[in-house]
Amino acid sequence: MIGAGLGSVYAVLMIPLGAAAVLACLTAYRFAARLNVVATFLALLAAVSLLFGVHPAPGPYLLIDDLNVVFIALSTFVGFTTSIFSASYVAHEVETGRLTPAYLRFYHAMYQVLMFAMNLALVANNIGLMWVAIEIATLTTVMMVGTYRTHEALEAAWKYFILGSVGIALALFGTILIYVAAQPVIGEGLNSMAWTELVGHAAAFDPALLNVAFVFLLLGYGTKVGLAPLHAWLPDAHAEGPTPISAVLSGLLLNVALYAVLRFKMLMTANAAAVAPGPLMVTLGLVSLVFAAFMLYRRRDIKRMFAYSSIEHMGIIVFAFGIGGPLANFAGLLHMTMHSLTKSGIFFAVGHIAQVKGTQRISEIGGLTETHPWLGWSLVLGVVAIAGLPPSGIFMSEFLMVSSTFARAPLLAIPLVLGLLIAFGALLLQLNGLAFGAPRGGTAPVKASYAPLFAHLALVFAAGIYLPAQLVIWFEHVSRLLG
Amino acid sequence: MSHLDFDVAHLLAGSLVLVSFILLYQDRLYALLNVYAVHALVLALSVAWQAFIQHAPYLYVTAAIALGFKAIIIPVALRRIVERLGIHREIETVVGIGSTMLAGMALVALSMVVMLRVTSEAAPIAREDLAFALAVVLLGLLVMVTRRNAVGQVVGFMSLENGLVLAATGAKGMPLVVEISVAFSILIAFIVIGIFLFRIRERFDTVNMRALDQFRAERR
Repeated sequence: MIGAGLGSVYAVLMIPLGAAAVLACLTAYRFAARLNVVATFLALLAAVSLLFGVHPAPGPYLLIDDLNVVFIALSTFVGFTTSIFSASYVAHEVETGRLTPAYLRFYHAMYQVLMFAMNLALVANNIGLMWVAIEIATLTTVMMVGTYRTHEALEAAWKYFILGSVGIALALFGTILIYVAAQPVIGEGLNSMAWTELVGHAAAFDPALLNVAFVFLLLGYGTKVGLAPLHAWLPDAHAEGPTPISAVLSGLLLNVALYAVLRFKMLMTANAAAVAPGPLMVTLGLVSLVFAAFMLYRRRDIKRMFAYSSIEHMGIIVFAFGIGGPLANFAGLLHMTMHSLTKSGIFFAVGHIAQVKGTQRISEIGGLTETHPWLGWSLVLGVVAIAGLPPSGIFMSEFLMVSSTFARAPLLAIPLVLGLLIAFGALLLQLNGLAFGAPRGGTAPVKASYAPLFAHLALVFAAGIYLPAQLVIWFEHVSRLLG
Repeated sequence: MSHLDFDVAHLLAGSLVLVSFILLYQDRLYALLNVYAVHALVLALSVAWQAFIQHAPYLYVTAAIALGFKAIIIPVALRRIVERLGIHREIETVVGIGSTMLAGMALVALSMVVMLRVTSEAAPIAREDLAFALAVVLLGLLVMVTRRNAVGQVVGFMSLENGLVLAATGAKGMPLVVEISVAFSILIAFIVIGIFLFRIRERFDTVNMRALDQFRAERR
């Protein structure tokens, strides 16, 4: 049974890697897109078997525990649905001549390398290995953001590359400091970089060194999470890259960086003398939330707008984990899951909308519910969910978060609620122009793949009405782990 | 540990900070690339010395990578790119040299104060190396923010990575994984940069970052 578990871990890593090698050689893009779907589906199956199987014993490099299994399942699921969306998206891009089949070969291979890197970052038991994986993920997304080779795409990719590299460089310095702190206690070698060893011995580490290390790690990985004021790369990268990449960036890569922050937060809380990580995270989270909420009003580009909404939601999630305690952690985990599903679903809709309207400018898109009822109403549902209206899952997580904040730190609840309301107003205002009113822009019929979009929306609304008991127990267990 | 071991390590790490300062005030591209080559050379010496005093033969690999790849191949390749693309040889700086140097000194003081205070329990060599490494990292950041030119920013980033390698080798017995990955990532990063420079040239006829910013201003 334990052997089977380890097999699944290898499958989660090797399937994307093998698929990347095959896809890099395939010239037939339609077939490549299908193979891409099959590979992500197989990885999803492997992840599901991890979820229900017995966790294998942690090795020096790989680790499966209750925390990262949640992330892996979510990551492979959204990876799978995005690959379905991507197949119909790229077919349209090739027809209109924005992408050539040669580029798609590169694109599909990179998609799988990204999946591999994210899974590796999640299963790594070694802080150095995790850093390497996040660096690979950054480099692949940089290349994909630059795919269109327009002025804007190049600028976005360059900005992302520079800011992302500085972020991961700071994170590496933090990682080295953690090793320096661990080495006198655990001894030289691999053990001093393994999570399982670090968490057990963290109480004996030098607290001053841990504090400095955590500042570097929070700033470094926080850049990748997209926390204000380190967020500058995020709107450009989302707006200028291919839409499937926007969906994966928002839905998955931000979560992977967040996972790294959470792991290091667990180290900090295990050491009583170190500074509490909570206030730092609460501050960064609130700043991101309020800043992004105001920025939402003045957006003119539809993808850029939803990118700012991602900053807002990552701020909310980091805030929740910063508050800490079982209830806030539960709300944070739930919110993270719901945000991933909703936001990638919205990007599926937005991708097709931008294709039929031939533009991303909000002022040139209007009356979607009349011209394209299915797409228009899906967008309405998606925005209603992301704005936090009942009965979506996001309403539930935000409700939990606000009530737990009122219970533990009432003063902090005021800016939280204020930020939520401001963002709520902005999203509904923009939605009104996009979905209702006089039709503007192209009215060509759309060849969209609705299945992934509807699947995501259905899950989000189902979670708002009824959460399965096993899921609740699981999340509660993980919330206690996070402390 | 003899005094000599410590003194030489101290000297080499200190020289790396000094070369970082020299990077700060270069306003010509070729000179910047030459100084970067010296930077990588000093790093290679420093890592090799660490390998010697720590009796850690695998660190010689890191030193060799620093010497061969960073001190020779990258500067030569970047020089080729600059020649082939006919990029302006002068680098436009954002602020004056005087204030940049003052900021640099403040950053070095900051890293000394922070690192020496928090690493009081670590081995003396590791302490010195970490403090100097943080200084090199921060100076690299300063080089990046004070250059408008894409090549200048890349050189700043690479000097920053050199600081990270110094920190990683100073931490005694840190597994090989990290050193190799740092070198490897620079390789990948360099390829990415190369592709970008060519594409930027194709589209803008300049590698000046301000030209990129203008496109954005038009669009907003």
